[in-house]
Amino acid sequence: MDAENLVKMANQIGDFFAAFPDRAEALDGIAGHIRKFWAPPMRRQLLAHVDASGAAAGVSPIVNEALQAYREQLA
Amino acid sequence: MTTFNDIDYGTPARQSEDLVTLQIDGAQVSVPVGTSLMRAAAEAGVMVPKLCATDSLEPFGSCRLCLVEIEGRKGFPASCTTPAAAGMVVRTQTERLQTLRRGVMELYISDHPLDCLTCSANGDCELQTQAGVVGLREVRYGLKGANHLDDVKDESNPYFSYDPSKCIVCNRCVRACEETQGTFALTISGRGFESRVSPGQDEPFMQSECVSCGACVQACPTATLQEKTVIERGQPEHSVITTCAYCGVGCSFKAEMKGSEVVRMTPWKDGGANEGHSCVKGRFAWGYATHKDRITKPMIRAKITDPWREVSWDEAINHAASEFRRIQAQHGRDSIGGITSSRCTNEETYLVQKLVRAAFGNNNVDTCARVCHSPTGYGLGQSYGTSAGTQTFKSIEHCDVVMVIGANPSDAHPVFASRMKKRLREGARLIVVDPRAIDLVDAPHVKADYHLALRPGTNVAVVSALAHVIVTEGLVDEAYVAERCDPKSYVQWREFVSRPENSPEALEAETGVPAEDLRGAARLYATGGNAAIYYGLGVTEHAQGSTTVMGIANLAMCTGNVGREGVGVNPLRGQNNVQGSCDMGSFPHEFPGYRHVSDSTVRASFEAHWGVELQAEPGLRIPNMFEASLAGSFKGLYCQGEDIVQSDPNTQHVAAALEAMECIVVQDLFLNETAKYAHVFLPGSSFLEKDGTFTNAERRISLVRKVMPPLGGLADWEATCRLSNALGYPMNYAHPSEIMDEIAALTPTFSGVSFARIEARGSLQWPCNDAAPEGTPIMHVGGFVRGKGRFLITQYVPSTEKVTRKYPLLLTTGRILSQYNVGAQTRRTPNNQWHSEDVLEIHAVDAEDRGIRDGDWVGIESRAGDTVLRARISERMQPGVVYTTFHFPESGANVITTDNSDWATNCPEYKVTAVQVARVLQPSGWQREYKRFSEQQEELLNHGR
Repeated sequence: MDAENLVKMANQIGDFFAAFPDRAEALDGIAGHIRKFWAPPMRRQLLAHVDASGAAAGVSPIVNEALQAYREQLA
Repeated sequence: MTTFNDIDYGTPARQSEDLVTLQIDGAQVSVPVGTSLMRAAAEAGVMVPKLCATDSLEPFGSCRLCLVEIEGRKGFPASCTTPAAAGMVVRTQTERLQTLRRGVMELYISDHPLDCLTCSANGDCELQTQAGVVGLREVRYGLKGANHLDDVKDESNPYFSYDPSKCIVCNRCVRACEETQGTFALTISGRGFESRVSPGQDEPFMQSECVSCGACVQACPTATLQEKTVIERGQPEHSVITTCAYCGVGCSFKAEMKGSEVVRMTPWKDGGANEGHSCVKGRFAWGYATHKDRITKPMIRAKITDPWREVSWDEAINHAASEFRRIQAQHGRDSIGGITSSRCTNEETYLVQKLVRAAFGNNNVDTCARVCHSPTGYGLGQSYGTSAGTQTFKSIEHCDVVMVIGANPSDAHPVFASRMKKRLREGARLIVVDPRAIDLVDAPHVKADYHLALRPGTNVAVVSALAHVIVTEGLVDEAYVAERCDPKSYVQWREFVSRPENSPEALEAETGVPAEDLRGAARLYATGGNAAIYYGLGVTEHAQGSTTVMGIANLAMCTGNVGREGVGVNPLRGQNNVQGSCDMGSFPHEFPGYRHVSDSTVRASFEAHWGVELQAEPGLRIPNMFEASLAGSFKGLYCQGEDIVQSDPNTQHVAAALEAMECIVVQDLFLNETAKYAHVFLPGSSFLEKDGTFTNAERRISLVRKVMPPLGGLADWEATCRLSNALGYPMNYAHPSEIMDEIAALTPTFSGVSFARIEARGSLQWPCNDAAPEGTPIMHVGGFVRGKGRFLITQYVPSTEKVTRKYPLLLTTGRILSQYNVGAQTRRTPNNQWHSEDVLEIHAVDAEDRGIRDGDWVGIESRAGDTVLRARISERMQPGVVYTTFHFPESGANVITTDNSDWATNCPEYKVTAVQVARVLQPSGWQREYKRFSEQQEELLNHGR
């Protein structure tokens, strides 16, 4: 699937949860949403894209933080 | 269930706990205060003769046939307009009354054609019946005096005829147009002998404001207003109660039949959703079911450039099954999936998702709700704990303030719009939040107190600003919030919406809504009494669709407007079974009853019942399927009753995804746009050809009843069973009621539902289980389903779809009254006479800037594609915003819309597309290619038939 589109979708999810005042709740919300609604190949591809591209992956900082914090559950 | 003539009580029922007892023709009868003598008599089994009275309309007292005698009172009062009073002694049948009634009837008949034997209403004419009842034997005045017998018929409406020579000027049609429909298209012109029913200003029906809802035809006691199908085919001989297959209102109808031929569809007055009303689609536009374009033989082909070949059901099913298994063997278990339809029954939808999960062995199942109300399911689930609206339609009768956001009920949910307008005429206040000046903003005897004409894409900003006013001006119902809502989320939300950046003034430049109007609307909503929000796809089909749904839920909670009559959050569902298809587990992440596939307890219950191991991970959504197809990992699709090529956004992207697949199985009534890319075609069955249930926007489960055999030989659920059996997963049901029994056994919110119980009660609203054995008309009474209502922070994030110098206008899309969704049904009916092509509505200023005149061909170009439509200059539009519908495939409305989607659900952002518009002289490149491709597919179809 198109990695750019996965990044866009993940960042949109991040935009919603970023407004939560409780950072831990926001990170949990981002990871939980992706875990709950994305098929495993999409999750794995996003993680692989982030791993391969690093800072150039295009994911927002809060999404990146959520992906790293909840990596095991998303893989 | 077979039924035919309902009892007409003459005047509407009155609601009161106080009863009065009186005597009618010697019988004691007790009725609620306010009940007419006519109705009281009917309830005692005494039918008083009548002509101008019918129980769907307020009494009028004009025909003078229903006169009665009351002991102690002088004269002969009309029983329809005289309220029953305690101790009254009433006589309805005396010699003097008989004489008076015969005299009245004699006058009517003196100006009425005596062609009963050849009249289309013969056997169904109240004038004929009442002439018999009163014992009319002669007309002393003769028939040679002044009369209307040579008045000319108006045949302009495609569905009904108006024959003024048969009109008795009872006013029932005029009153139905006013009271029931709320259009006020009819009046009585002239006075005395010259009195005649007049559409508009003495215009033919088709040139008047008439919306062809059929209320006048339904109310007419003679053959004056008569369905043309009755004129052509004669009176029906039996009827069957069923449920309309169009919008999410889910009206109940009587299919009036001659054998297995429908003669007419009439709205059922005991239907909970519609209570005897209808719209032009449900009432009249059912002819598509037997249209010549129906495909009734299964077909297969190897490639989409091959001719179709008609085959037996067995060959088609076996071919589809072997192709799916071949693809899975070659590309993996997850390389195929299915799409369920909101146009199919609950039972059919349930079976398709079961087939995908159990026979395909994955969770790649999705439904067309993905592209309409998926944000409703997500948003209301997060806020309240259940993915459904909170009210009945009838609840609006108790509403004081109506807020309509991103919905146009007059066009998309017309029968509910009539109920809403009735309440508004009674004095309820109205707030409309919509970029366009929709009908409700200024309709006959209805005028919005506030029309917040926001810029497309700024819903969240407006909803947050409304909350800002409510919170900062101290209008929160603190006691309700303290008792019913989660305190932590409330404190966080309160702090968020109170911020200055969420004030109407700060957001005015972004939203285009004057701050003072927005403040006024917020105050009215919060303080005006029972306040209810009704919303539609103008809320959900945005990049922040789910956020707006949660923002709406916040507004209702903070003002205490959830959990009783007259209030609530009411998503107006687009198609008839959107609610049901979602309830039945059509989404890739959840089983029936909105339970996530990762829940091991729930999964175990399905595994035990279905006898297979099920996947614990979510599958692909529709747009994910397209992406996966283009990436080469998704190769096969079973698509029942949906036309994703026409209805989904970015048509060229969808078409490319389908072209990349190896086996597409389409099950439909017609060779729709998606079927042009298919390899197997299975004939679908219309709602008239099968048994099942639909669930409307009120969570109301109603029976769909088979009135004719499936033209293709199998009902849709039977075809799915055969496909599953061919795949090696047995599905053997004798009747859809057995499927519902399985749904009830596996779904706690449906555990009290069965065909027998729906039959007995007329309909049931879920949850229906041990805790609510009679169903649940109003949700969240006393507490939210999730426990405490959850406030969610709704940060406004502007759409990435921005206007630029290249694309300076915003396109938004919608629907029109006479056409339905992709138009596959309504385009094959005379409804085309109202709307035969999609047009681009554009404001005069934008048109003038571009040298565009009304009727010009204009090219509309977006970042996704371009198409050409005719321009219509419209004052409904605001400058900078253009609008079109998507009912005709050749219009290519979704060639323009983009892949942008809701952050939570991937519901497409249909409502915001940046475009440029310019005069052109020829169709777009896409349209020329569409024409070539469609002609080719037509040839390939004809070649094989």
